[in-house]
Amino acid sequence: MQTVPLLTVICALMLYAGAAVFLLGLGHKIVWYARTPAPLKIPTMPAPTNGIGVALRMAREAALFESLFKSNKWAWLFSALFHLGLLLEVLRHLRYFVQPLWGWVVLIQPAGLYGGFAMVVGLLGLLARRLLVARVYYVTQPSDYLMILLLLGIAASGLSVTYLDHADIVSFKEFILGVLYFDWQPLPANPLLVIHLVLASVLMAVFPFSKLLHAPAVFFSPTRNQVDNARERRHLAPWAARLEAGLNK
Amino acid sequence: MAKPDFNVPRLAEYLEPPQLAPDAMAGSKPFKASRQHQAALGFPGELVENWEEVAIAKLGELLGKYRSLRVYLDGCVKCGACTDKCHYFLGTGDPKNMPVARQDLLRSVYRRYFTPAGKLFPKLVGARDLDNSVLDEWYSYFHQCSQCRRCSLFCPFGIDTAEISAAAREILDAIGVGQKYCNEILGKVHAIGNNLGLPGAALQDTLAGLEEDVKADTGVDVRFPLNVEGAEVLLIPPSADFFAEPHVDGLIGYAKVLHQAGITWTLSSYASEAANFAMFIGNYEQMRKVALRIRKAALDLKVKRIVIGECGHAWRVAYSFLNTLAGPFDFLDRNYPVPQHIVEITHDLITRGAIRLDREANDHIKVTFHDSCNVARASRMGDRPGGQFVLPREVINASCNHFHDMDPDTIGERTFCCGGGGGLLTDDLLELRVKGALPRMQALRQVQQEHGVTHIAAICAICKSQFTKVLPFYGFPMDAVVSVHQLVSNAIQLGAKA
Ligand code: SF4
Ligand code: SF4
Repeated sequence: MQTVPLLTVICALMLYAGAAVFLLGLGHKIVWYARTPAPLKIPTMPAPTNGIGVALRMAREAALFESLFKSNKWAWLFSALFHLGLLLEVLRHLRYFVQPLWGWVVLIQPAGLYGGFAMVVGLLGLLARRLLVARVYYVTQPSDYLMILLLLGIAASGLSVTYLDHADIVSFKEFILGVLYFDWQPLPANPLLVIHLVLASVLMAVFPFSKLLHAPAVFFSPTRNQVDNARERRHLAPWAARLEAGLNK
Repeated sequence: MAKPDFNVPRLAEYLEPPQLAPDAMAGSKPFKASRQHQAALGFPGELVENWEEVAIAKLGELLGKYRSLRVYLDGCVKCGACTDKCHYFLGTGDPKNMPVARQDLLRSVYRRYFTPAGKLFPKLVGARDLDNSVLDEWYSYFHQCSQCRRCSLFCPFGIDTAEISAAAREILDAIGVGQKYCNEILGKVHAIGNNLGLPGAALQDTLAGLEEDVKADTGVDVRFPLNVEGAEVLLIPPSADFFAEPHVDGLIGYAKVLHQAGITWTLSSYASEAANFAMFIGNYEQMRKVALRIRKAALDLKVKRIVIGECGHAWRVAYSFLNTLAGPFDFLDRNYPVPQHIVEITHDLITRGAIRLDREANDHIKVTFHDSCNVARASRMGDRPGGQFVLPREVINASCNHFHDMDPDTIGERTFCCGGGGGLLTDDLLELRVKGALPRMQALRQVQQEHGVTHIAAICAICKSQFTKVLPFYGFPMDAVVSVHQLVSNAIQLGAKA
């Protein structure tokens, strides 16, 4: 068996670590959110009166950022650009993970290329808003800037290996598949690619400890995911039921 | 009106977000609850010695009990979308009155004590130790939130600052720093049955007086029954309806409607108060205790239905929480929702032609309608989402000929709080109340100029009291506020059965 270069080992281990922290940390948070009861009915009204309505409300919120659109068109525009770009990039990157390739992943490759640019434009817009709107500047903490810089770094390094300093896509895919199946293959020695991988690992690792938790939070938000049926159905949290049993004695 | 010792904001043509005025309202603090007020609710009488520990432990407890708190403290991305949505920020310019900044007062402590990032890198993520200055800010700024939920409507994750400020107030109570206004009132509810401390005998007198007034006015014997067993409806108004203006005209309106519809009804001296101030201090047990009075009154008086009068947060607690807190209500007539809003009753009677209204009786005024925050964003009327906007307007339109809505950005789900909700309707917070009313006053000025609107109809006891107080600061007459059922009262045709 050939020896695996040190860089490959480091990058592979880093990816494992990032993915592990991401999965465990996020899983932990999600379990915690799911286990914590929402003792009172607090949907922001008007709210749907049945489950289908709520599913649609959540879908609009998650896919279209409905409330943000209501709230602030610029923030919505930049945010939508960034997230749409990110989505396209994530889907496009599937080509490194699946073998044989799925047809639709091949189909979206050209569109996916625009994703990186959309991300950059969206992020720069969000950054500008943070710096230029006094109200937003006021509530911004260092970590908020760092997060934008991290994402910009990922987008920029990714765009660079695509457009400036072409990495060897074929051997990169072998590397990724090797990591996936624990059969390590050498990583093409391209500094930008390495940076891209390092930053992506960092992003995964900080996810469960940062405001990126807004991704699960949107689905667990009681003001958005509750059905307006308080008069029809009694809603009682387990701890409230215990309290009731104690008080009624 | 005495000259205020603060500047009343000028009403501009448009509502623009103000320049940031850091710490402009840092000095705004309500009176603290006395030892007695605290004791009556089982809270410590003064700041406990190890208050930092107790506060953190309480926060930990609440994080385990309320998903909202946990998710909202984690989920904010500081997008700033909510920053220009709070009436207290718009009226004061104090950046800590921006909803996200208000949340951050608690979030910073949450991060420090409950998250790895805040424990390891406090500066980076804006985490801070709980100390006296933080406590001071909490007391000040969590009593500058009327829990109106306007921010939650506009937040991409529905983050509801009301949940955060209610939790913060619960922590404050737990360490012995309660707010006088809310806690004193809750004590009165427990001891006497209503917020005003109006005992049963006084209530009886008041109601007898109202019967005489209506008789003198209309020649009709409209009754205001108290503690009548076996009545169909138990009516629970906010206690301000018993004597405050214009609230009492609303109560007269309910009585006339029920009289004319031939629905037997009663008030209860035991539960003579729809308000539930425990919601404002975020305390589930207190809220439950207050809510159980309504259940007991309904059982004792053997009524079939519960109907709530015009009061915003009371309707929220009734509509959204009553079933949870004091249900199930299977002993009531299940043909009707439990509880019902008086507007639902009146609306239904109008729709069925069971009562008749003469709109011309209100021709001397031009009316607009203030959607109460708690009715708009925290409850519903009727069987369709948004009924809380439609039903009151249809009732008003059936009662008067001249109705004009305010700017769409300030009504319906986007409505602005009157500035006095959430346990802030106290004179020690007058500056906050006047400034917080700015967005509503601005919208009112606009319809006054464009349509000659003379009166603003309200559907909440707090809104009515708040407007009566603050309207003069902006150059409106204090009696420009009317109850919705006051319009009905003016217009209803008594005796002439449909
Ligand atoms: S709108 Fe929501 S996510 Fe954005 S800053 Fe305000 S609370 Fe945070
Ligand atoms: S709930 Fe209302 S008062 Fe409180 S922060 Fe939000 S908008 Fe302001």
